[in-house]
Amino acid sequence: MNTRSLALVALLGTGLISSFASAETIVLRGATVYTVGPSGTLQNATVIMQDGVIAAVGKDVRIPAGARVVEVAGQFITPGLIDAYGRLGVTEVDGEAATVDESAKGLPYSAAFSVAEAIEPRSQRIQVNRAEGITAGLVAPEASMDSSGLGPVIAGQASFLRLKPGMAIDVRTPVGFVFTYGAGGAELSGGARSAVLLRLRALLDDARDYAAHREAFNNGARREYTATRQDLEALQPLLAGKAPLLAEVHRASDILMLLKVANEQHLKLVIIGGAEAWEVAPQLAAAKVPVVLDVFENLPSSFDMLGATFENAARLNAAGVEIAFAYAEHYNPRNARQLAGNAVAHGLPFDAALAAITRNPARIYGVGNTLGTLEVGKTADLVVWDGDPLETSTLTTQVYVGGEPVPTTSRQTLLRDRYRTPRGAVPPAYVHPTAK
Amino acid sequence: MKPFSLLVALTGGLLVACAAAPVAKPPAPTAAVAATPAVVAPTPPPAYASTYHPMPAVSTLLRGATVLTGTGERLENADVLLVDGKVAALGQGLAAPAGAAVVDAKGLWVTPGIIDAHSHLGVYPSPGMRSLSDGNEATSPNTAQVWAEHSVWPQDPGFGAALAGGVTSMMILPGSANLFGGRTVTLKNVAGRSVQDMKFPGAPYGLKIACGENPKRVYGEGRKMLPSTRMGNMAGFRNAFIEARKYRDDLAKYERDRATKPDAQPPTRNLQNETLAGVLNGEIIVQNHCYRADEMVQMLDLAKEFGFRIGTFHHAVEAYKIADVLAANGTCSAMWADWWGFKMESLDGIRENIAMVDAAGACAVVHSDSDVGIQHLNQEASKAMAAGRRMGLNITPEHAITWLTRNPARAIGVADRTGTLEPGKMADVTVWNGNPFSVYALAEKVYIDGALVYDRHDPAKQPITDFALGMTPAGGAR
Repeated sequence: MNTRSLALVALLGTGLISSFASAETIVLRGATVYTVGPSGTLQNATVIMQDGVIAAVGKDVRIPAGARVVEVAGQFITPGLIDAYGRLGVTEVDGEAATVDESAKGLPYSAAFSVAEAIEPRSQRIQVNRAEGITAGLVAPEASMDSSGLGPVIAGQASFLRLKPGMAIDVRTPVGFVFTYGAGGAELSGGARSAVLLRLRALLDDARDYAAHREAFNNGARREYTATRQDLEALQPLLAGKAPLLAEVHRASDILMLLKVANEQHLKLVIIGGAEAWEVAPQLAAAKVPVVLDVFENLPSSFDMLGATFENAARLNAAGVEIAFAYAEHYNPRNARQLAGNAVAHGLPFDAALAAITRNPARIYGVGNTLGTLEVGKTADLVVWDGDPLETSTLTTQVYVGGEPVPTTSRQTLLRDRYRTPRGAVPPAYVHPTAK
Repeated sequence: MKPFSLLVALTGGLLVACAAAPVAKPPAPTAAVAATPAVVAPTPPPAYASTYHPMPAVSTLLRGATVLTGTGERLENADVLLVDGKVAALGQGLAAPAGAAVVDAKGLWVTPGIIDAHSHLGVYPSPGMRSLSDGNEATSPNTAQVWAEHSVWPQDPGFGAALAGGVTSMMILPGSANLFGGRTVTLKNVAGRSVQDMKFPGAPYGLKIACGENPKRVYGEGRKMLPSTRMGNMAGFRNAFIEARKYRDDLAKYERDRATKPDAQPPTRNLQNETLAGVLNGEIIVQNHCYRADEMVQMLDLAKEFGFRIGTFHHAVEAYKIADVLAANGTCSAMWADWWGFKMESLDGIRENIAMVDAAGACAVVHSDSDVGIQHLNQEASKAMAAGRRMGLNITPEHAITWLTRNPARAIGVADRTGTLEPGKMADVTVWNGNPFSVYALAEKVYIDGALVYDRHDPAKQPITDFALGMTPAGGAR
């Protein structure tokens, strides 16, 4: 065993990196550009996309000869939106197990379980959400209970997926390890939170011991471990601090406990959910632990969420905690911007809200150097909107992934077009709208 | 059998709710209801009646607002006067009666209170504990005998959250596990010690029925019994209505005979058939959970076979495919803005559904079916408007508000009393801090029957449930 298995980038399918794919240079001229970077918001600005990356962004830029210029005056450009915690590509119809690859029941594996290799890039969910501005997403596995009522302490590896059209899959894995804590996690470990932590510490201890004694283990000269060799191997990026523990947890006291455990185990930690995170915002800020949250979680839906409030995002941000937004319904990450709008209505500054669906999730999952802002040299994943990007009344007009325009039509717009005209003499099956 | 209980049996319970207010005119009965029998005086107070009383209120003048009336009109710089729990006047330069509260509403928007035609608050409350899960009596495909109001927990914190979203009335439905889920109950969104304190006076009952995947999964897959197929669903519906028709006819016969035949016997009282007979008599509105277009057409045929009307298709994810049929039948569709793809029967959901149903002249309702969605139904309508715009339909705010107020009022049978801002209507009003179809808009003030029941800027005017009291950390709960 060696560190080759820790390689973080996997490009599957036929594609190479998208920067070689687009021959055309495209200039978007005259929009309000939210760079979400150091340049802030630029009025009447121009974005140039060349070879899959942003070649220029600003008010006074030189337009290269032969470039295709698209006038977008009066429109708004943002970085592509990122689904900060979802299932894009691995779940098509939740109610139909045959279309769901986000979890596996009764496996002997946990951390080694990766959703990356199951991704279907032509998923309707990807097409529908991409047409409405989602250009990348965190794809998380979900822990499932076996017949004995127990589940893995680590559900598996999370992957970061760019939503490129076609068969090429641009996925990076692992970008985190999903760990369910709180009441839900306790249920997977026999009903007690302490049992979860007992199992986690034992697992990490085994993974460290294994890494230090691979040869002895292979010779059968090492004690028994609580996990398979594959899991112990898979956990090394977590132990090395290269990928964070993605802890699904809401209760403030649970979050404090995980801060302690992460410190003791030298783990990078990301809080997923965090309905009560605002109550421990100073501690999270001090530990530089980000929170991925759903703004709409404002009800005391469980005893772990008694402190839930619409102001969670605003309070965390004010305390200096990095935040990202993930919409609870995994078929609709396109509504992440609605979460951002609601956070603004409840006190979060607009720029921070936009960052929470672009720059911050990119940084949290280790792709902030190429994604999440509109800066020269970054990957040209961006969206053109016909209004304020956080408004529910706003629509996408163009979406680019790697500098290439992607369809803003989908199966949903085809269905609409089939039925939009009053019923004629022929059945709808003979109405054949086409995608653009 | 005592005359009183007979009366209840005969009318399917509608008279039970008549005490406090006039009753909505029900859809035209499809069979003659026997004349009311002579009742032995004095009549005991009807059981399960509404005990709702509006909160204390003063006359209120909202001055200088943008007003969406819910009738399709938009008034600029207009005043709305609320007196004695009713909308008294709309217009410009209205005079404030003595003692009236005057609200400077310049820059604010005023709409009828939002009405959610599909909620499970109280029956699936927060926190979502097993012991509080009372929404599906999933023990038999036909539980027409159960009433949602007997499950509603008035301390559900979701009611207060919905109020902060501008919701003044809602219909609570049983879940969709069963073909016949049970009776719905319509509530005013007021804090009550009992559900009776919340019941919308005189609102007609609904009957929740469900087609499609859920009943066949729960019974066929889960228990190896009928229904395990969609044809099993239909057989289950038809058999139940055949029985209910006999029950109704036996009752009618008894009513005809009892004056002349002293030994005439009424049929044994049966709660299930009482409710179904109420449907057949047009007193109980059918509220039909149904996703697919072809299944909605099947259900319209079921209604045709047994001579009743389907008031509303709920969820109606494929309503856009048969919008013309729905318009011709006068059936409402209560829809989400963008839920789709979570099960096979929702696969064809599209963002334009609401706008397309509306454009066809059918009754379009935006519903929540969610303790989250009910807090921002205005935003859901906004998304549906945008989708309409994308396909070339220009939908104005004054029109879109009807999806949230007048049309749901019609769907649940209270449109003669609320859902629009017209003189004489209940003063159920939401005041917004801006255009309610903006994601940034928040409800500032909510009035129910003229009483200020919520004020975003005054903690004293915000209800706190018993559950939240001492449980929610300071600064929590919104």
